Amino acid sequence: MLLTWFQRGDDGMVVKTLTGNKAVAHAVKAARVKVVAAYPITPQTTIVETLADMIEHGEMNAKMIRVESEHSALAATLGAAAAGARSFTATSSHGLLLMHEVVWWTAGARIPVVMSVVTRAIGPPWNIHVDHNDIWDQRDSGWIISIAENNQEVFDLTLQAFRISEDPRVYLPMIVGLDGFILSHTVAPVDIPDQEKIDQWLPPRRQPYVITPESGVVMGNLAADEDYYMMRYSIQTAMVEAKKVISEVDDEYGEVFGRKYGGLVECFHCDGSKYNIVIAGSWSGDAKEAVLKLRDEGYSVGVLRVRYFRPWPDEEIRRLLSTSKGVLFIDRSISFGGKGHLLTEAMTNLAESTNLPAVRGVIAGLGGVDVGADEFYELTKSFIDEVEENGPFYDPLYWHIPQVYRGKYPERLPGYGKFSYERR
Amino acid sequence: MPVKLRDFPRTHFNMPGNAACPGCPETMGLRYVKMALGDKAVLVIPAGCSSVIQGISPKSGINFPILNIVFAAAASAAAGMKAGFEMLGRDDVQVVVWAGDGGTADIGLQAMSGAAERGDDIIYICVDNEAYMNTGIQRSGATPYGAWTTTTWTGKKEHKKNVPFIMIAHDVPYVATASVGYPQDFIEKLRKAATVKGFKYIHLHAPCPVGWRFDPGLTPEIAQLAVKTGMWPLFEYHNGKLKISSFSRLYRVKEKRVPLKEYLKLQGRFRHLKDSDVKILEEYIDRLWAWLDLLEKAPNPSGTARDLLGK
Amino acid sequence: MSNVNVEEPKSLFIAPVSKPAPGSVGKTGTWRHEKPVINEEKCVKCLLCWLYCPEDTILRREDDMVYVDYDYCKGCGICAKVCPVNAIDMVPEG
Repeated sequence: MLLTWFQRGDDGMVVKTLTGNKAVAHAVKAARVKVVAAYPITPQTTIVETLADMIEHGEMNAKMIRVESEHSALAATLGAAAAGARSFTATSSHGLLLMHEVVWWTAGARIPVVMSVVTRAIGPPWNIHVDHNDIWDQRDSGWIISIAENNQEVFDLTLQAFRISEDPRVYLPMIVGLDGFILSHTVAPVDIPDQEKIDQWLPPRRQPYVITPESGVVMGNLAADEDYYMMRYSIQTAMVEAKKVISEVDDEYGEVFGRKYGGLVECFHCDGSKYNIVIAGSWSGDAKEAVLKLRDEGYSVGVLRVRYFRPWPDEEIRRLLSTSKGVLFIDRSISFGGKGHLLTEAMTNLAESTNLPAVRGVIAGLGGVDVGADEFYELTKSFIDEVEENGPFYDPLYWHIPQVYRGKYPERLPGYGKFSYERR
Repeated sequence: MPVKLRDFPRTHFNMPGNAACPGCPETMGLRYVKMALGDKAVLVIPAGCSSVIQGISPKSGINFPILNIVFAAAASAAAGMKAGFEMLGRDDVQVVVWAGDGGTADIGLQAMSGAAERGDDIIYICVDNEAYMNTGIQRSGATPYGAWTTTTWTGKKEHKKNVPFIMIAHDVPYVATASVGYPQDFIEKLRKAATVKGFKYIHLHAPCPVGWRFDPGLTPEIAQLAVKTGMWPLFEYHNGKLKISSFSRLYRVKEKRVPLKEYLKLQGRFRHLKDSDVKILEEYIDRLWAWLDLLEKAPNPSGTARDLLGK
Repeated sequence: MSNVNVEEPKSLFIAPVSKPAPGSVGKTGTWRHEKPVINEEKCVKCLLCWLYCPEDTILRREDDMVYVDYDYCKGCGICAKVCPVNAIDMVPEG
């Protein structure tokens, strides 16, 4: 049992020390969610446990459906949402893969729901530690996909997710990612705003249609191929709208609750820096620490933290590529036969860039391998030094081999060495 | 409560001009669901013939609001809908799953078992045409022994999975079998199920002219023959008590049953059966009735074990 | 009663939704090879044809005399088969 202590601020705000998973549960409760359907999976389990506890003890007026699988979890969440109830589910890794079919179905239905994804490696072998391959695997499905850096942001993003997904310009479901164990099971102080203030800020649920005896709505029967095509086009337009909505919600949340993150990305000394790291999730904190040390040493370096993978922050990345001398991508995931996900996405913005920066794509931390601030420091410093010494290059697949294996395996794969721009 | 045909209003119970094949038992069944439950029901339909029968957007050929859902998730989506309605103060809405035998006996069994075990307050109807008809007549767990399908070219070697018995074993408050050959019986059972709180399961036998290879005009007759030969016994299991329904009562006695061959000979899917195969099916029927007999006699002083738990 | 608002989307929005309506695949009467013809002299208004018709294309007049919606009737022949007094004939189209 984790200790929780309370401290009441002047404006009714409560500061609690919470794990990331408890922060999720508190946000779900604060959003007055009506139906929760979830299935336990490490490291998500304490979310469903905490919500069950809150519901059973009357702290939260909701119905909990203790489903028999994640496939059913999202189906039940969608069912409740289609009836008109604000609903929530949470999962991780294999659970997310099992529900993948329903992930697509929910987005296609244009029914807003919110889901926490506690990021975790995919087996085999079994591994319960942090990895981003599970969450990025949903990238094509039509969900808005966000990922937090710390427990406070977990709370804030989860609350904002209801606002964003239920916005009539969007009407898409939304994932809030939080890193397994690093956030999910680690305590940190979380400000929980006053419920009245939350109620004022978060409007009653809005959705494009409900399936009720009165509405007569039929969702999902056959459609002409041309209509199907246009429905897909409509999801993409909603994604574009979502960029505006995310930014507005971030601003407004900042005004009302005092915390603003920057919208699709967080720019940590990234404006005007010659070198930048692009990274997502909890280890961004370590990258920032390394960057601060490097800045003390006189390096011009910053961090662009990707908060939203979908919609992808095209504008922000284009600007970063246009203004940086070198960009270091740190991916905790790999598309086998391709490259890291952040790098792959960002390279789609290169044609819009007015500049061709040096690029290195680092694959690190898969399966929860720890990468500390000192390693980020080394990775960044060596990248900058190499560029300064030898000129710009493209090095998209740099495997940051775990310490115990270092020297035994190549960091640059055959076919993906380091390509100097001068050679072209 | 007998069903009087004249009392029904002159409205559409199903939408004509839908995509069902001529003589389709599913559209027959859907009309009876509408006759029984009226305008207070919403359907949840997983992949199957009924996904297609609705026809093409923006119209739908089934006269209900519908949440179409992926194949394996009908019961869970329905459980979610019911929970949503309850939380919004709408206890009046009947959430009804309309799933085929594939979506029930096979790919959807896990989700249904979960919903039954949780006691979700929904009506689950399995419309059983005894194969995966929508994908082109492949065998399912509910295909009977001997039947030709496009994945059992020489006839299925295994017997039909008995889903109603599986649901009885779940100790749910209401389980019934029905047939499109006996609409009044089906309607009565639906109306009864609608008054019961908890998970209700109705298994509707639905002879398919395309997949079973018979004249589309014969759908009701073949459905009735399944009952009269004892192959498809109609029964009701309510609060722990099993009762053979009136249309099947006569066929409890083996000698009163119509010879099985009368049922088999009308269907192309059984054309290749040898006498030894027919004997295997007859033994299946005897065993089925022996089980029913046992269940009927099983002492059950105070409803289901669920009742004893005070649920 | 409920705290959900069905609010019109504010962007280009095309959802996969439909409403029940006749003719979701057109006038299915064109599928027919044979059409049911009701002999009103023989009909005893038992409504079995109306009950068993899968398509909802046997319609009832005020006096419960039945007639056929030929726009949509697919000609399966169930009505003719279930009629206890043989009041429905299946007549070849054309």
